[in-house]
Amino acid sequence: MNEEGLIFSRQVPDGGCLPLPGDEDTDAQAQALLGDAKLREEPTGLPDVPEWEVVRHFTRLSQRNWGVDMGFYPLGSCTMKHNPRLNEAVARLPGFARIHPEQHPAQVQGILRLMKTLEQALIEISGMDAVSLQPPAGAQGELTALLCFRAYHHSRGDTHRTRIIVPDSSHGTNPASAARCGMTVHTIDSNAEGLTDLAALDAALDENVAGFMLTNPNTLGLFEPQVEEICARVHRAGGQVYCDGANMNALLGVSRPGDMGFDALHFNVHKTFSTPHGGGGPGAGPVAVQAHLQPFLPVPRIVEDADGTLTLDDDHPETIGKVHSFMGNVGPLVKAYAYILSHGADGLREVTERAVLNANYLLSRVREAYELPYRGQPMHEFVLSAEKQKAAGCKAVDVAKRLLDYGFHAPTVYFPLIVSEALMIEPTETETKGALDCFAEAMLAIARECEDSPDVVTGAPHRAYAGRLDEVQAARKLDLRHDPEGEG
Amino acid sequence: MALATPRDADGRAMLGALGLESAAELFDQVPESIRLSGALSLPGPLSEPELLTHMEELAQRDLHSGTAPCFAGGGIYDHFSPSVVDHLIQRGEFMTAYTSYQPEMSQGFLTAMYEFQTMVSRLYGLEVANASLYDAGTGLAEAALLAYEKTRRDRVVVTGALNPQYLECLRTALGPELGDMLTHVPHTDGLTDLDALKADLDDTVACVIVQQPSYLGTIESLPEIVEAAKAVGAKTVVCADPIAMAVLQTPGGAGADIAVGEGQPLGLPMSYGGPLLGLLATTRDLVRTLPGRVVGATVDSRGERGYVLTLQTREQHIRREKATSNICTNQGLCALAATIYLSVMGPRGLRRVASLCVTQSHRLRKGLAETALEPLYDAPFFREFAVRSPIPVPELQARMGDAGFVVGSDISAVTGVENTVLLAATESRTDAQVDAFVHALKGAI
Repeated sequence: MNEEGLIFSRQVPDGGCLPLPGDEDTDAQAQALLGDAKLREEPTGLPDVPEWEVVRHFTRLSQRNWGVDMGFYPLGSCTMKHNPRLNEAVARLPGFARIHPEQHPAQVQGILRLMKTLEQALIEISGMDAVSLQPPAGAQGELTALLCFRAYHHSRGDTHRTRIIVPDSSHGTNPASAARCGMTVHTIDSNAEGLTDLAALDAALDENVAGFMLTNPNTLGLFEPQVEEICARVHRAGGQVYCDGANMNALLGVSRPGDMGFDALHFNVHKTFSTPHGGGGPGAGPVAVQAHLQPFLPVPRIVEDADGTLTLDDDHPETIGKVHSFMGNVGPLVKAYAYILSHGADGLREVTERAVLNANYLLSRVREAYELPYRGQPMHEFVLSAEKQKAAGCKAVDVAKRLLDYGFHAPTVYFPLIVSEALMIEPTETETKGALDCFAEAMLAIARECEDSPDVVTGAPHRAYAGRLDEVQAARKLDLRHDPEGEG
Repeated sequence: MALATPRDADGRAMLGALGLESAAELFDQVPESIRLSGALSLPGPLSEPELLTHMEELAQRDLHSGTAPCFAGGGIYDHFSPSVVDHLIQRGEFMTAYTSYQPEMSQGFLTAMYEFQTMVSRLYGLEVANASLYDAGTGLAEAALLAYEKTRRDRVVVTGALNPQYLECLRTALGPELGDMLTHVPHTDGLTDLDALKADLDDTVACVIVQQPSYLGTIESLPEIVEAAKAVGAKTVVCADPIAMAVLQTPGGAGADIAVGEGQPLGLPMSYGGPLLGLLATTRDLVRTLPGRVVGATVDSRGERGYVLTLQTREQHIRREKATSNICTNQGLCALAATIYLSVMGPRGLRRVASLCVTQSHRLRKGLAETALEPLYDAPFFREFAVRSPIPVPELQARMGDAGFVVGSDISAVTGVENTVLLAATESRTDAQVDAFVHALKGAI
């Protein structure tokens, strides 16, 4: 195994090569200018390393990491599609990357036009009336929309509406975001088909309900065929309906949440519109809403004057405020814009068609060996259960770790919570049939191994960058930073 | 870029294997009433060269710091980033990875995040740091919620000049009830008014929030503020600039409990204000209530050292509505960029960046004596300072823009003085640029 220590292990005192002007006099001069300000007493503890050693260290670290660039990454609910490099190039154009958020709007008409056009494209794709690009991630988009729901209810005097209903299959961010804006969370069970149980929903709807949060297609990859009825019932009870847009890759050009009856949704541009996940961000979570929620969106809003000039408008007295320090994650938004323009309307529809085709084909190849607890025809992803394998002593996590040995990233495991030993698989559209066949063969081979040689599976991974890691010890004996004896 | 389609040979083969004629049949479960009948109305498609041309045309409409030296500040700065930073973060193994939920496939990223946590906690003089939040504004909200949780009190007191955008984020995130409990003790001459602060503190206060250097660029004296907070049992949250930490007393050194910061200066482009990088460090006793992802060291089945996401039972995917925060996707690649930046800079490099911020901003201020712009405050400052302009700030922005310089927007809401603006100079500003800026000011007004 390529053992690579920490950057601190490559230290050479005074070995760093400063890529900066000035000398020690500059430091002394600065210190004098700071007058009576209280100064730092202890060293910063940063590593002192020559640049070439920094390059080697991070290059070697990268070689111990797996990305979509290296192979199949079927992480369900995460839409790990190819990240076009064109998008990286355009986001780095100086007219986008080297502009300050407090420049006069007249000096940044290019980026404002891009953002305005992106808003309009997201309005069209979602079937909604208005968009805010400000939320920097999906969870922040959820929070933004729920704050809008809350403000809407308050504007009508409905201050008692503080309950949010979520299905038991929902993403964890849904209840966490609801709790974050002071709502209480009511979880309802899904029905036998894995869909929203209308009777359970009716039972949960009362005069205190603020809204219902639904992912569509849901986290089982199943389209909610009763979605119009669901929205109508929540509306009759005075509630709002939120669409978690994590699965928009299944709907582009096929069906629109705004037409289904939803009041708000967020996009994850890092899922649907191909911006890189970056090992956990940055993404962006634009929020689209129906007209009645528009007054509450974050400020500033981008507005177009009669002569076509774009300006920023803070004057919205009912706004919820701000959900990002500035204008949101503009870099990823530029990439999303480039992606949408590369595809156009027909191209986006083909993205969805291929994503759903890939998922259905892959399911057809593996379903003989794994249980499929919910039998509906999936859209862009599907959820298997490793219950059959568990009977032979191998759990979902073991199957996942064994896939690493076969050269694939693992699927999402143990989610959604309503499937025991869940393996949630989303291939995305950017895979060839050959890649899907290889993965299917690996899944089938592992299923056989679970029967014939379960120790190989439970001992996996054998060929990953590390053996199975002890997460219990990590939580018990917390070691969160480098703290050698006598240093820092 | 190459586009995916169900109509290629692979697509046709898979449709055949499923016994389907066309991809449209895959959507039978979508009720007809909500199935789109026509095409969406969207621009495109553009081929790769067409798109590049289009994007270049848009980008050329913007006045950017590559040709117009930037003297704007207020939380986003035109700092220099060594070329290796952007080069290394674009390695596909990092850039195209998801969050490190499968640690055996993510040791590279997890190791880097452990290094990030080490560097951030050391910069702030505190014991632990998380693996990033969105930005300083929402980070302050997370810090305030942490303080609520720990103290079971419900007031937040902001003291001195806090970035008004951060203040707005804080109010929004706290929601109407807690947001209304927030009080702001305004600055006097750019600094915290200690007597006014003390007068506002009592045993209902969960935390005191102070920015260092302040929004107005002035340097606060932290120990007195921490002491005042401690006297009523409140936590102190310092929103501290990470570059300034190379020279100024740290939040931890001053006895504060929590540090939040904007990491954009650590190698990230301004990018019209995002993506940013929220930094968060605390004392060790707060670790189990931290928001966001945390990386910890452990061992693998072979007995070798390795890293995992730990304390996940705080997080939304396990705890759902009882989680310490709703954050999921964070700013991973930005945190990696900062880690590489700090590694390249090292202790002497970061110090030099800080020193140059001080010397160049002071050179600028000295030069202003020859102009019609008047500095507002006399307190020591780090990288920027507030000035009063004889003409409205938008007009100043326009005239200086015509002269080829970027100036920030009006901040009179913070200073209480008409037509005020922040002027910042980083290590990216050469002596010649500073002098040319001063010269242009004389010509413009």
